[in-house]
Amino acid sequence: MSSIATSVTRADGFTPPGPGDFNLPPIGPDKTFEFLGEHMYLGVTKPMIQLVLVAGLVFVFFWAASRKRAMVPGKLQYVGEQGYGFVRNSMGRDIIGSKDFLPYVPYLFALFFFLLINNLLASVPFFQFPTFSRAGLVYTLALMSWFVYIGAGVKKHGFVGWLKLTCVPSGVSPAMYPLLVPLEFMSNILVRPVTLALRLFCNMFAGHMLLILFALGGQYLITEMSIQYAPVGILAWLLFIVISFLELLIQFLQAYVFVLLNAMYIQGSLADEH
Amino acid sequence: MQTLTILAAEEGHELNPLVPHPIEMVLSLVVFGLLFFAVKKWVVPNFEATFSERTSAIEGGLAAAETKQAEADAKLAELDRQLSEARHEAARIREEAREQGATIVAEMREQAQAESTRIVEHGKAQIEAERQQAVTSLRAEVGSLATGLAGRIVGESLDDEARQSRVVDRFLAELEGAN
Repeated sequence: MSSIATSVTRADGFTPPGPGDFNLPPIGPDKTFEFLGEHMYLGVTKPMIQLVLVAGLVFVFFWAASRKRAMVPGKLQYVGEQGYGFVRNSMGRDIIGSKDFLPYVPYLFALFFFLLINNLLASVPFFQFPTFSRAGLVYTLALMSWFVYIGAGVKKHGFVGWLKLTCVPSGVSPAMYPLLVPLEFMSNILVRPVTLALRLFCNMFAGHMLLILFALGGQYLITEMSIQYAPVGILAWLLFIVISFLELLIQFLQAYVFVLLNAMYIQGSLADEH
Repeated sequence: MQTLTILAAEEGHELNPLVPHPIEMVLSLVVFGLLFFAVKKWVVPNFEATFSERTSAIEGGLAAAETKQAEADAKLAELDRQLSEARHEAARIREEAREQGATIVAEMREQAQAESTRIVEHGKAQIEAERQQAVTSLRAEVGSLATGLAGRIVGESLDDEARQSRVVDRFLAELEGAN
């Protein structure tokens, strides 16, 4: 297969990586179906397996870490408590406020580690695929965040009260309302889930694309071009390593930002003043 | 084979990555939902319980330490008080003993003084009594002797009591006056 691929690339020149590299074929027979005018694979794919695996891993790890409930924690419990305490205190308590953060802690906690480990899988050998570079997986999480922060506001202020608090800015003369209310509605209710989803998806997608480009490009320069291009190929591979570390940072940051924004949106919905 | 790879690449080029895969959309929500409920039910309560137990344990420990400290302070104060009391007591006893000693010495001295005075008085009285006795007996004897002697010399009886004693007394008075 690889000999065929190289013969193809030699025939066509270098084929840059594209969105097709993220559309991995399923394990087993690759049937397809049509959805929104696109051909989709029908079957179990790598990101699906990663998603389920990570959920199981996160649960088992934290369940094992929290099970003993020792006053003086062992290593496992200590790590678990640090992880849990990080989300609980820095994102739950400090953002939402110590009065009503506790009900949202399980949500924020599960979400953060679910995103974090899935993102980090992009840098784990043998997986090396960012689960959330698949848009569909991210859209529902963003939609869920939307329901959660709106639900928090509606539960506290009632639907009309929440809508008013969210869309009508306080301390502004009513003359400005025709201009500001649609803007606030747009930014607080319509745009938030979209940016939430695109930020995570695009970062994961672009980061992985960049890594493929440096890896394949470097390989092409070394193996397929004349010898004077080989140092450039080696430089590309060195950059690949540097960018891998940058990606680790981005993988963490995107999980952090997604959950942090969730917490801030919830806080905004619960707040008595806009 | 070659055409198949190219076809796949062409297909990939056509695919819009923003269009979601419906199965993935559902799967994401279901998997996260399961994780959320599992974490909410079996993980978060454990951590929260541990945290609050630890907090109360630390607070309880602090309270216990404070109680212990207060107890120790009270005990120390009590001991200090007892010690100073004992010191006072000792000083008082010493003072008393000194006073008593002084009193005893004074009493003893007084007693000895009195005794010596008494002995001296007694001696004096005895001497006086003996002297009186001697004087009395001497007087009687001297009187009779002198009377006898004078009677013999003058040959005149001086048995008359009254005269005799008058003579003797005068004699003796003269004698004393000469003394």
